[in-house]
Amino acid sequence: MLHIINKSPLANNALDSCLRVAQSGEILLIEDAVYAATTGNAFEGKIRKALERFKIHVLQPDLEARGLADRIIEGVIPVDYGGFVDLTTTNKTCQSWL
Amino acid sequence: MSSIEVDGKNYETDEEGYLTNLTDWNKEIANYIAQVENINMTEQHWEVINFLREYFEEYQIAPAVRVLTKAIGKKLGADKGNSEYLYSLFPYGPGKQACKIAGLPKPTGCV
Amino acid sequence: MSHINIKKFMFVNRKAPHGTIYALEALEVVLITAAFDQDVSLVFLDDGVYQLKKGQQTKGIETKNFSSAYRALEGYDIEKLYVEKESLEARGISEEDLLVDVTVLGRTEMGELMNQQDVVMSF
Repeated sequence: MLHIINKSPLANNALDSCLRVAQSGEILLIEDAVYAATTGNAFEGKIRKALERFKIHVLQPDLEARGLADRIIEGVIPVDYGGFVDLTTTNKTCQSWL
Repeated sequence: MSSIEVDGKNYETDEEGYLTNLTDWNKEIANYIAQVENINMTEQHWEVINFLREYFEEYQIAPAVRVLTKAIGKKLGADKGNSEYLYSLFPYGPGKQACKIAGLPKPTGCV
Repeated sequence: MSHINIKKFMFVNRKAPHGTIYALEALEVVLITAAFDQDVSLVFLDDGVYQLKKGQQTKGIETKNFSSAYRALEGYDIEKLYVEKESLEARGISEEDLLVDVTVLGRTEMGELMNQQDVVMSF
């Protein structure tokens, strides 16, 4: 399953809830959720831990818009819009944690 | 939706005549809008228009009149950085009218 | 303008810049308020500190890159920008990462500053 998150981890508990409930699969961080994928943010530890059971992707244009494309946490995979579409087709189900 | 026609091409504007797409702008369009506004473009007018475009390029906003006046004074000298001079070039307001000719949005806070 | 009419206005920015419209709307309100010659302070707290991050490039998401406009504030005589230290630290952001000069305050000093205001608007 693909889990899509679009809220900042430090302003909303969507990513926290996803990590608490979901067991494995892939995560895509978009919009304000891309802040979770940046080094030095208070959520970094949780992302590193989550990388043990999830493949985590981050939408590159959203990182660039926020001036943070140069500080992706190691192991998190940047994708473009094409990659976003691929993820939604290669996964049988898709859940947006709004 | 409104539009203007310059050299056989149509350009979308808002209901007050400001260009919708800033990238559409060129000197012919500027001259056209100026003509509609009853302004005869001189070197002094272009100086202000070019200044506005540079300001927008740098800050992505159209400056308020007060800010424009101050910034022009800094760059082009005190004889030009005053509202009397700017209003003599653009009688309906350097913010409103000059921004329209420069292809910029109406300055924020300009009613 | 008579000094009697000058009030202390504070705008508190707590939202990240591009995911919602709050940051842009707050900036517009600030630019308009600048015309009234009031004593304006801008505060950046929580995810609001992300608004001032250098190097924002919005071409890929096809939105207005309004981050440049924070650099215009000085020309509008808005020079009091405060950023909370704890908010920066929680996001791995340093003062050097910011696109304008700011004053970094700890939470206690920030609270004191808020207490001194006549009007506080939060976005």
